[in-house]
Order: sequence, then structure tokens, then C-alpha cells
Amino acid sequence: MSPTGFLSQALAILAALVLAPLLMGWVNQWRAWFQNRRGPGLLQPYRTLNKLFVKESVVAETASPLFRAAPYVVFGCMALSCGIIPTLSTELPLSLAADAIALVGLFAVARVFISLAAMDIGTAFGSLGARREMLIGFLAEPALLTVFFTASLISGSTALTSIVESLAHREFAIYPSLAFAGLAFSFVSFAENARVPVDNPATHLELTMIHEALILEYSGRHLALIEWAAALKLFAYSCIGLALFFPWGIAKVQDPGALLYAVPVLVGKLAIGGFLLALIESVSAKMRIFRVPEFLATAFLLAVIGMLVHFLLGA
Amino acid sequence: MEALFLVLGIPLVGGLVLALVGHRPYARDVNVAFSLGTFVAAVVLTIEIIADGPLFAWDKEFFIDPLNVFLVTLTAFVALTTAIFSRPYMRLEEEHGKMTPRRMRLYHSMYHFFSFTMLLALTTNNLGMLWVAMEAATLTTVLLVSVYRTPASLEAAWKYFILCGVGIAQALFGTILLYMAAHPVIGQGIEALLWTNLEAVKGQLNPTIMSLGFVFLLLGYGTKVGLVPVHNWLPDAHAEGPTPISAVLSGLLLNVALYAVIRCKVLTDGALHSRFAGDLMVGFGLVSVVAAAFFLSRQKDVKRMFAYSSIEHMGLMTFAFGMGGPIANFAGLLHMTVHSLIKSAIFFAVGHAAQKAGTQIMEEIRGLLKVSPTVGWGLMLGALAILGMPPFGVFASEFLILTTAMRDLPWATPLLLLALGVAFAAIFSRVQPMVFGDTHLKPLAHPPALVPVFVHLGLGLMLGLYIPPYLDGWYRQAARMIGG
Amino acid sequence: MDALIGQLINLFAAVMLILAFAMLSQRRIVTLIHLFTFQGLTVVGATVVVAYVTQQHHLYYSAALTLALKVALIPFLLHRLIDRLNVRWDIETMLNIPTLMLIGIVLVVFAFNLALPISKLSASIARGTLGIALACVLLSFMMMITRAKAVPQVIGFLTMENALFFAATSATYGMPMVVELGIALDVLVGIFILGVFMFQIREQFDSLDIRHLEKLKEE
Repeated sequence: MSPTGFLSQALAILAALVLAPLLMGWVNQWRAWFQNRRGPGLLQPYRTLNKLFVKESVVAETASPLFRAAPYVVFGCMALSCGIIPTLSTELPLSLAADAIALVGLFAVARVFISLAAMDIGTAFGSLGARREMLIGFLAEPALLTVFFTASLISGSTALTSIVESLAHREFAIYPSLAFAGLAFSFVSFAENARVPVDNPATHLELTMIHEALILEYSGRHLALIEWAAALKLFAYSCIGLALFFPWGIAKVQDPGALLYAVPVLVGKLAIGGFLLALIESVSAKMRIFRVPEFLATAFLLAVIGMLVHFLLGA
Repeated sequence: MEALFLVLGIPLVGGLVLALVGHRPYARDVNVAFSLGTFVAAVVLTIEIIADGPLFAWDKEFFIDPLNVFLVTLTAFVALTTAIFSRPYMRLEEEHGKMTPRRMRLYHSMYHFFSFTMLLALTTNNLGMLWVAMEAATLTTVLLVSVYRTPASLEAAWKYFILCGVGIAQALFGTILLYMAAHPVIGQGIEALLWTNLEAVKGQLNPTIMSLGFVFLLLGYGTKVGLVPVHNWLPDAHAEGPTPISAVLSGLLLNVALYAVIRCKVLTDGALHSRFAGDLMVGFGLVSVVAAAFFLSRQKDVKRMFAYSSIEHMGLMTFAFGMGGPIANFAGLLHMTVHSLIKSAIFFAVGHAAQKAGTQIMEEIRGLLKVSPTVGWGLMLGALAILGMPPFGVFASEFLILTTAMRDLPWATPLLLLALGVAFAAIFSRVQPMVFGDTHLKPLAHPPALVPVFVHLGLGLMLGLYIPPYLDGWYRQAARMIGG
Repeated sequence: MDALIGQLINLFAAVMLILAFAMLSQRRIVTLIHLFTFQGLTVVGATVVVAYVTQQHHLYYSAALTLALKVALIPFLLHRLIDRLNVRWDIETMLNIPTLMLIGIVLVVFAFNLALPISKLSASIARGTLGIALACVLLSFMMMITRAKAVPQVIGFLTMENALFFAATSATYGMPMVVELGIALDVLVGIFILGVFMFQIREQFDSLDIRHLEKLKEE
């Protein structure tokens, strides 16, 4: 492992851990502003995490060890996935071990654990949330995979670093297939991160909630880890989107100098992305849960069309 | 040249004038006068062509050759006789309260615009303009189909509009492909859409593009021809619209659409050097003949039944042109002529009969001979003529088509004979009681003026017995040009 | 530069296809009209780009014509029409939407296969788009078949026209001006007639549901 590789790898994970709550705070802030509220401030997620970490963790009597382990597994998965997504540099030693398909697998592991843990306690809300989560997951994963396939058709590799390498550092070209993939990917991201058209992260309405139902029984440091993991997931998805569709500004291999300006570029891109996310969330209405399969089927079909378009247009 | 100008100009001016005065009582005579003018101009044009040969006009935008000049004359003639027929017919409709002065104005004006689009489609040399004119023909007639504003007529018109719109869109795609094929050979611009230019270089057109293009063109214009399975609009539009419109739709629009298909087939044959286009047409034609014959036997509405008979005959013509060769093409052209004449005559007679009986349901129309011998005999003779009884022209053309089929496509002959047999049995068994049955209706005081019916039937009879030499000459020239 | 412009046209083609699918899955008439307007804009964009590349001035005129007709006038008329007819309601399709989309994909594959041999022959910079244009034609055709209401059917019809126009522009650098004017005239008259027609239908049936128009059938 070369020193620059180690450096950029460490920086990538560190940046993810630090920036993820900030991104969450940024989105929430904008949502508040769009709703004519003052908002809790950018740093609120850090304060929440801090508060939760010092609080005592209460666990139900019926809970099995799985329930205690799940937050760590989920957090680990998310942190690891942030490590293999090229956020700042394409030189990531970890990404040699895991390509885009493994990344989808990592997300799936996290999903399985959180769902099992939710059912573990045996409350009605837990199993309801778990069932909905699995429904969304099983519809969203094929779409996500197809998006990755479309991107890898262009670059000839399923490793995220090579995809970004070929998209960002070759001669500029417009890929219509990526337009479809991008649309499909944004659909999937909304569903996977429990954002508005699919789920509302700000409410505890039992009829509609998905993400909140899963973590209803957690408290203290467990909850902190899960919330942090959720922030990391949003960060990871944002970075995948940026890496696939707006890959400019990500540092090349063996170029430590570029890392310096890769950080502000990333922050800038995330800021715009977060703003857009808040905007879309504010202008759209949450759909009925029965419409979600349709929504995700649309995403899958769009991704498939993207692939077809690639074959027809060769781009 | 001047004659061509008049052929196109008179109906256009007529449409505009009647848009202003079409609701006045004298508009009926104005309508006939303009139609007569068009017909006279068409005859003059024909004489010019006979004397001087093919004619180009306006930078080759218009082109008259033996194939379209005979269709121009036929169109102008049927338009004239239909105008004469509609004079008393539409007055009765107005008296029955089915037509108001406003609707009469729409009817008169659109009638001439429709003639204009037909004549434009026939005379233009530009395949793009051909498309525009065909679409405009739908647009001018769609409001006429729904002119009675009954639920059924609205439905028929909506179907007509949407289905023909979709069909014609396919034809536009075909035209685009044609242009694409012509592009590398002729170059950019209007030149590459002129049929005569394309015909001159047809051997160099790209066969792949042309074959795909022809499929779309056949489907597109075939919708207007009424080929099964894209025929659904046709029976409804014929049955629900006013009878003069049924007559011109059957007698003219279908012909012109088939003319468009033939023009495209000539180009495709030249590019492909294979029987692809012909085989497609044979297939569609055969399916149309057989399917229409069986649909026909189940109809209760008299206009619907004859509409299906139109599909059957258009299928037969498509089949003939698909086989190609001088004899089949000749037969197809002859069949086109006699079918136009006789089918419009039938619609005239049926129109009067239905008007008198107050219904189009065949079981309720009885004893026409007692009500009015002219209507009764007109319908009977028309039905016999369209069924291909010997002295009439249909017999001659069907005989030629069947004998050619026996030589070229022996397997198709029994199917054709079966279909013709079914159609014969169905139509004859329905028309016979309508004409000869008992009725409680009182005889008409004055026999309706059915001059157009008998003129058409007379011409149909004449073509069965004797084809005038100049007409024969046209047919032969046109048949040679279509080739195959 | 040329490669980039070719890719730009491909992008427009992709947007056309996305819009075609969006329209197929759309339930609201108002949104349908918005999408139709966007589609018109896409066609205008593609036409301008092709005109710029090939230096064909008549394409600028045809782009202007499309802009005036398909982006401004027709959407305006459609908005007025649905206001006057008071039909901003939800539209239900006859099949459920995922099924529609699946059939749509099959159509796209079919169209691509059909157009593939031709794309290889064309000399135009935008040759790949012919398949997409054909796919759009078929998709709008399907939209017309599966809609139960009159207005969406009409929009489907206009979408088909857009797709054909796009095909003409991308595959052959546009039809000659006279023909395009003729087509535009036909479309305009068609819209006018359809407007008249819809009032007639509603007057007769008190509804714009095409399912009222299914009495004429072969028994």
C-alpha cells in the first residue's frame, strides 16, 4: 500500500464520518427554511449524536444478542462502504477488494441486520417496518445494480474507482445512457434513504413510517450509531451519485496535491446536492405505500432502458 | 397546364365560396356547378394528356401521367354525380330536421375541400405533399361523418380520426425513410421527394431502407384503403355519415389511398428487385377479401354491409396490384373504375331507400319495388353488378384477376372464390327481400331522381361489354408503368 | 467537437425517450400537457443543433415553427381546452402502469432491432437516434391505445407527431420546407377539429370517456 493510497483511504473514511452528519444537518436546515421555519442549525446532528452517546442505553428484556450487535454491524457496513466509494480520490486500496456489486451487498447486509433486529423485540411496529424495508430493498436493489451495470458498460469495469477514473479523466463525452441511469439512481436513492416521496424521516406516523419504525426500540449509543449510519448512508448514496454522474474534481492516482482541492469540490457538490434534495422533498408529496413498488419498478425500467440505449447508441 | 390549374383551383374556390354561402337554398346548385366545372376541367386535362403525353407543372411539383389522369377524371366524375345526387337527398335530410343550415354550409364547403385534397393527392409529384393531402382528406371528412351528432356518428368520426391519424403517421414515417433512402442518391431538398426523380434512380435506392419504408407506407396508406386488420374505421364511418359522404369515401378516398400505395410499390420494386412489396400486398389483399366477406355476411345495417363489400373489393384490387404484370394491373385498374362507379351508385340507391324507410336496418326495409321501382331496380342492379354478374364490368375485372391468380398463385384462387361466393350469398339474400318483399309503406308520389345511379350502372355495364380504345390505351400504359 | 455534437443529439434522443415513458406512466392530464411541452422543446433543441452542425437554414425555420406550434400554441390550446371542459382530473389507464412500462420496454427493444440495420447505413451524424424515434412513435401509439379519455388520446397523437418530426430531423436533416409547412398545417387543423369534436362528444355523452364510444362493434 503506497503512502498516498493509505492517506487518501484514511482521508476518505474520515471525511465521510465527519461530513455525513453535516450533510444531514444541511438538508434539514434547508427543509426548515423551505417550510418557513428557522431550523435547528447545521450542527444539530452532531449535538444529537453527542447527547445520545452519553445517555444510557435501554434494551428490552426480550432482546437477543442480535439486537445489541445490529447497530455495530450496520455502522460498520456503512463506514466500510464509504471507504470504497471514490469520494476524494480514485486511489483507494480498499476498493480493490470490493467493487460496485459488493457495495450493493454491503448495503444489503446492513438492511438484513436492521430488519432482523427490528423483528427481534417482537413489537408490531418493528415487524411492520421490517417488512416494508425488505419490500423496498428487494425492489430497489435490481435497479441499483442495473444502474451500476450501465456505468460499467461504459468504462468496462465494475470497480467504482475505474468507473470514475474513466468517466472523469478521459475526454469529455455525453452519455445518454447515463441520463436514464441517473434518473433511476435518484429514484432508488429517495427510496433507500427514506426520503420524502417514499418515507418521511421527520415523522412517526405509524401508518406510513418505514425507517422510524425499524429503530423505535433503540436508545442511547445504539440509536446514535444507527442515526450516524443513516447519515453515512445518505452520504454514501450522494457520493455514488456524484461519482457516477458528476465525477469532476476527484483526485487521480498518485496525486496528493489534487486531494487538497478535492475536499472543497466535494463539499461544494454535496452542498448543491443537499439543497436539491431538500427542494425536491419540499415540493413533492409523500406517496401511498402501495405506490412505492410502482415507483421503484419505474426506476428499474429506466435503468434497463439506459442499458438498451447504451447498446443502440454505443454511448 | 391551365387545365391542371383549374382542376385544382375550382374545388378550392368552391370550398371557400360555399364556406360563405353554403347555408343558402341556392348553395345546392352552386355545389353542382362547381363540381361540373371541376369535371369539365378534368376532361380538358385528359384530352391534353392524350394529345401531348405526360405533363409536368410548377418545377415538376405536379406530374400527370396515364395512371393518375384516369383517376383524376374518375374522381371528378364521381364527385359531380354525387353532388347531383346530394341535391335532392340533402334537401330531404334538411326537411327531416337532420341537417340545419349551418351543417349544410359545413357539408357543402367540406365537400369541395375534400375533392381538392383528392385531386391534389393524385396530381402532386411530391411524396411529402401526397402525405399532406391524404391527411387533409381525413380532416375534411371527419366532421362530415359526425354531422348528424348522434352518439353513433360521433363514435364513428372519432374512430375515423384517431385510426386514420395513427395510420397516416405510419405513412409519414415511411415517407421519411423513403427520403432517407433518396438522400445519398439525389441529395438534400425537395428534389429527393419528387416521385419522377425517385423513379429515375430507383435502382440505386438502398434496399434495406426501402423495404422497411414500404412496410410503413403500406400499413399507413393501407389504413385508408381499408385493408384488414387496419380497417376498423371504415364500416363505421360509412354507416354513420351522410350517404353522399359514404359514396365518395368508398368511390374516391379508398382509390386514392391505393394509388399512393401503388406509387410507392413502383419505387420499392425498383430498389429491391424482388417480389417483397408485391407479396406483402398479395397477403394483405387476400386477408382483406376473405375477412371482409365473412364480416359482411353478419351485418344488419345496409350501409355497413356495403362498406364491408368495399373492403372486400379494395382487397381484391390490392391483391391484383400485388401480383403485378400487365394483365393483373389492367384488371386492377378496371376494377378500380367499375367499383367506384357501381359502389357509389349503390350508396345513392341505398340512401334513398333508407331515407324512405327511416332506418338503415335491412330487416326493416322491405318491398322497395312497390315503394319506388327506380330505387328498387337501382339497388337490385347495383347489387348484381357489384357481385360480379356477367354483363357488368366487375365480372370482367374479377375474371381477369382470378385467371391471373390461377396462373401465378394457384393456392389463392380457391380462397378468393370462396370469399366471393360467401359475399354473393350474403348480399343477394339480403337485397332480394329488400327489393321484392312486402311493405306497408305507400308508393312515392314522384319517383326520386336517380339519374346518377343509372348513369353509373350504365357506365359499369359498358365497361363490361366494351372498353373504349383510348381508355384501353390508358389502362395498358398505366399497367405497364406499374409493372410488377 | 463533432463527436460532442453527435452525443448532444443522442442526449436529446434519450430525453425524448424518457419523456415518452414519463407520459406513458402519467396519470394527470395537466402533467401530461407539461410533458408534451417539454417534448416539443426537446425537438426544438435537437433541430437547432442539427441546423447548426449542417448549416441548413431551413431547419432553423422549422425549429421556429415547432417552437411556435408545439411549445406555445398547442399546449396553450390544450390548457384552455381542459379548463373549458373542466377535465383536469386524474386519468386512469386501462392497464396498470408497471405492465405498461414492461410492454414499453419490449417495444423499445423491437424498435431498436428494426432500426439497427438502417442506422448503420445512414450518413447522418445522428443515425443512432432513428431507433429511439421509432420507439417513441410506438410508445405514443401504445399510449393512445391504453388511454380511456379523449384528451390523453389526442396528446398521444401529438406526441407521435413530435417523434416523427424528430425522426425526420435526426435521420435526414429534416423534410423539405414545403412538406413541413404542410404537415404543420395539417396538425393545426387537426387540433382545431379535435377541439370541436371534444365539445360535441361531451355535449352528447356528458363525459369525455372514450368507453362511451364502444357501441359500434361487430356482433
